[in-house]
Amino acid sequence: MKLTRKQREAGAKFWIYFAALVVTVICVFPFYNAVLTSLRTGQELFLPNYLPSGFHWENYVNALGENGVGRSLLNSFLVATVTVGICLLVSITAAFSLARVRFRGRKYILFTILCVSMFPQVAVLSGMFELVRFLGLYDSIGSLILSYTTFSLPFTVWVLTTFMRSLPVELEEAAIVDGASLWVIITRVFAPIMGPSLVTTGLLAFIGAWNEFMFALTFIISNDHRTVPVAIGMLQGASQYELPWGHIMAASVVVTIPIIALVLIFQKRIVSGLTAGAVKG
Amino acid sequence: MTHNSQGLLPASGPALAGTTAGPRAAPRKRSLQQRRARAAWLLVAPALLLLFAVAGWPLVRTLFYSFTDAAMDTPDEYNFVGLANYLDFANGERFGVLADPLWWQAVGNTLWFTACSVSLELVFGMLLALLMNQKFRGQGLVRAAILVPWAIPTIVTAKMWGWMFHDQYGVVNDLLTRAGLIDGALAWIAEPTLSMWAVVIADVWKTVPFMALMLLAALQMIPTDLYEAARVDGANAWQRFRRITLPLIMPAMIVALIFRVMDALRVFDLIYVLTSNSEATISISGYARERMVSFQEMGAGSAASVLVFMMVAGIAACFLWINRFSHEGKEARQ
Amino acid sequence: MAQLTLDKLNKRYGETAQVIKGIDLQVNSGEFVVIVGPSGCGKSTLLRMIAGLEDISGGDMYIDGTRVNDDTPSERGIGMVFQSYALYPHMTVYENMAFGLQLAKLPKAEIARRVEESARILQLEPLLQRRPKDLSGGQRQRVAIGRAIAREPKLFLFDEPLSNLDAALRVQMRMEIAALHRRLKSTIIYVTHDQVEAMTLAQRIVVLNRGNVEQVGSPLELYDHPANEFVAQFIGSPKMNLMPGTLLRAGAEESIVQLWSGKELAIPVATPAADQGRPVKLGIRPEHIEWGEVADAPNLADVLFVEHMGNETYHYLDNAGRGDPWVVRNPRRSTVTAGETVGYRLPAEHCHLFAETGEAYPRLRVGASDAEPGQAAPIVFSERVRANAAH
Repeated sequence: MKLTRKQREAGAKFWIYFAALVVTVICVFPFYNAVLTSLRTGQELFLPNYLPSGFHWENYVNALGENGVGRSLLNSFLVATVTVGICLLVSITAAFSLARVRFRGRKYILFTILCVSMFPQVAVLSGMFELVRFLGLYDSIGSLILSYTTFSLPFTVWVLTTFMRSLPVELEEAAIVDGASLWVIITRVFAPIMGPSLVTTGLLAFIGAWNEFMFALTFIISNDHRTVPVAIGMLQGASQYELPWGHIMAASVVVTIPIIALVLIFQKRIVSGLTAGAVKG
Repeated sequence: MTHNSQGLLPASGPALAGTTAGPRAAPRKRSLQQRRARAAWLLVAPALLLLFAVAGWPLVRTLFYSFTDAAMDTPDEYNFVGLANYLDFANGERFGVLADPLWWQAVGNTLWFTACSVSLELVFGMLLALLMNQKFRGQGLVRAAILVPWAIPTIVTAKMWGWMFHDQYGVVNDLLTRAGLIDGALAWIAEPTLSMWAVVIADVWKTVPFMALMLLAALQMIPTDLYEAARVDGANAWQRFRRITLPLIMPAMIVALIFRVMDALRVFDLIYVLTSNSEATISISGYARERMVSFQEMGAGSAASVLVFMMVAGIAACFLWINRFSHEGKEARQ
Repeated sequence: MAQLTLDKLNKRYGETAQVIKGIDLQVNSGEFVVIVGPSGCGKSTLLRMIAGLEDISGGDMYIDGTRVNDDTPSERGIGMVFQSYALYPHMTVYENMAFGLQLAKLPKAEIARRVEESARILQLEPLLQRRPKDLSGGQRQRVAIGRAIAREPKLFLFDEPLSNLDAALRVQMRMEIAALHRRLKSTIIYVTHDQVEAMTLAQRIVVLNRGNVEQVGSPLELYDHPANEFVAQFIGSPKMNLMPGTLLRAGAEESIVQLWSGKELAIPVATPAADQGRPVKLGIRPEHIEWGEVADAPNLADVLFVEHMGNETYHYLDNAGRGDPWVVRNPRRSTVTAGETVGYRLPAEHCHLFAETGEAYPRLRVGASDAEPGQAAPIVFSERVRANAAH
């Protein structure tokens, strides 16, 4: 029995919606499960249950409080903001030159930057450890700002270079005819229209810095200075065998909500930033 | 036989009177392009300097320490031991990172993880991208939904999946049992083979959205009339995919693939938190850090770090070489 | 206003690609020169070299006698109007026009005076506080021109400024640019691929082809005395018809050409004796071919197809397979249909002759109607009237 066109289309539509549903569930379920868990205490945790069975907020109070992750949120925010700020400032002029000016050695510099972004973090760990100790930054947020530049800077330069390439050439030429130097072109002609690109790049770099784990684990030992990933990673219970999963999930949810909110609000920008770097790169 | 109507330069004439005496002596200046190139170097310098300071220098120092026997708590006191950290023979036994079976286990783990993860991510990413390329109501919702795994910090992902893979109370075991696929609870985290799969599953979940977005961007650049022409030519969906879609997104796919392989080789966070660097799952980065920080062996740890770097660099170089090879092959054939 | 001199200017990309091959040109003060040519001929590159946006590989450039090879655009004192206007999107019209003046550190009062003067000339006063995105295409173009005027440059450069406008707007802007030139008496160098713009705006035209200057001259000179086949076919629309033939008898006052059909034609063109017997090409513009009754006409051809434009008609004649069909332009409506045979005549005084190399032999006499190109040749017979086909 050959299907009519309408039937085939309806069939296709059904499978598409089905697939979309499956995908959505798979993507969201783990987080949903975490939220559910975070709202339970005691014995309830041990019964797999797929619907909310009560709203116990103690886990959240705990999570944000003394032994919790409240402080780490602040630390992470500080580190990420300062790192990204420094990187963006330095990257703008570098990205412009790399994207739009023909000079000898440009290809090599771009290649080097790409290579550095591929460094395994562990490869610079002992060298960075020495540097951090030398500068007296051990166990302080400064050590993270310093070490995060290692991967944030190549990233911001790379992404900004891609954005800069897409700016119209004739605009730059009109500015040259008007007598503008490179500096004037960057600051007065292009900077005002680069707002969106800077936001996107900054966001992506911020998320990258927020997520960093190895350096934060190695260079910070006191609880007060921990960042979010380490704080979460270190969550433990009273004994070795008891893991307060409700508490852990609550802490996880707390630190994830801001990032998810950020990503959802800026999703168009983020997607365009991610794809710009790769597809054209 | 050209017509000379004031167009050509007259041999002599009032117009050139000024120039025959030599142009007004202006100092030899640099041209516009040269001036711009100079300014560009100045503008790139700060970034380059910073990069050298935070990436170049530490890398060199790590290499340096790999030739010493320094310890983390006393990094100032050390002796040079040459290549002993890498491989050494003494008393009829082999020492050094390259002689450590755990190192090779880590290498195997990492390569296996990379191969599985990246291929699964490619396949699922492709399927997801194809789905997202269709028009349907609620498209925006799905697009937002798939950003969730990408947005969640890796550590949180590890914890979430750790909970889901819990042998007694985790939903994975629960669902599998209810579906009748398994009889008893599986020890996802504890059992060696399963724990590697747990890591792969968690990583695939987290990274497929990224892959899908890359591939989707490439898909969207294909003009729809190509598909319509193919339909008129009588191609079915699979043929359209294989003969039109795949070749046209190949460049973007390869780029995404290379980036993902590089990332997978460097895996650390997920394994450290999900399976606590168990022997069955420890990665090369995990091994290096363990030597360095847990055992406080700065020298040996640095040596392992250098080996990690060389491995990643080596594989990257292979990619570049293959890329160049295939380009030259194409040019030669043309 | 400035004088521009180019001396053996050339431009090379890398080792092999020579885009501009040794150009000599002199533009006098206050002149409106149009550089025209097909795409890829290098005209934009040449303009950008004059502007200073491209480096000069060889040769020299002088503005008012000073060598400016290494000067930046603003040091050369040029103003440029770009094809896509290139207005700063985040600045108002006023700020767009003032930007260059601010960079030159002119006093505020002077900047205001110049901007307002330019705005007045171009009727931009009510738009001064708007942003480019709120302006129409024609308005943006005028702002781009105003920005250049405000700098009071020595040299105005236009890079295909009308290509992005629709046809009606293009005609209007053409008139405005011409009026601007008359008013400001500035030296203008204008690049376009459209030969209509060239013919209507230029005082002198430079025809460029693959980096070489084919010919420089006034529009009418190019029309009446094209230096070679390329210029002959580039200027004038529809293209000049070319027919292969042989030079039967060379002469300093008159040459006799035998067309492939066997017919001979004596035309007032000077040819050197050495070229006697060589293959040549006869050229005649569509508006100059006359036709008449089949019975009397010296030449016959079949009509391939007819295009009715309303005010004029184009007939395409079959030339027995020797190349493209010939075009004949009839300034009136025609009842001739495809498939009919018509007779036509080639008036000697409207004929051009080209050597094997493509160069044109000098014409000694031009037809009376050449005095007003673009207009109908007055001697066109209707199909029913006998033609006096004496040649």
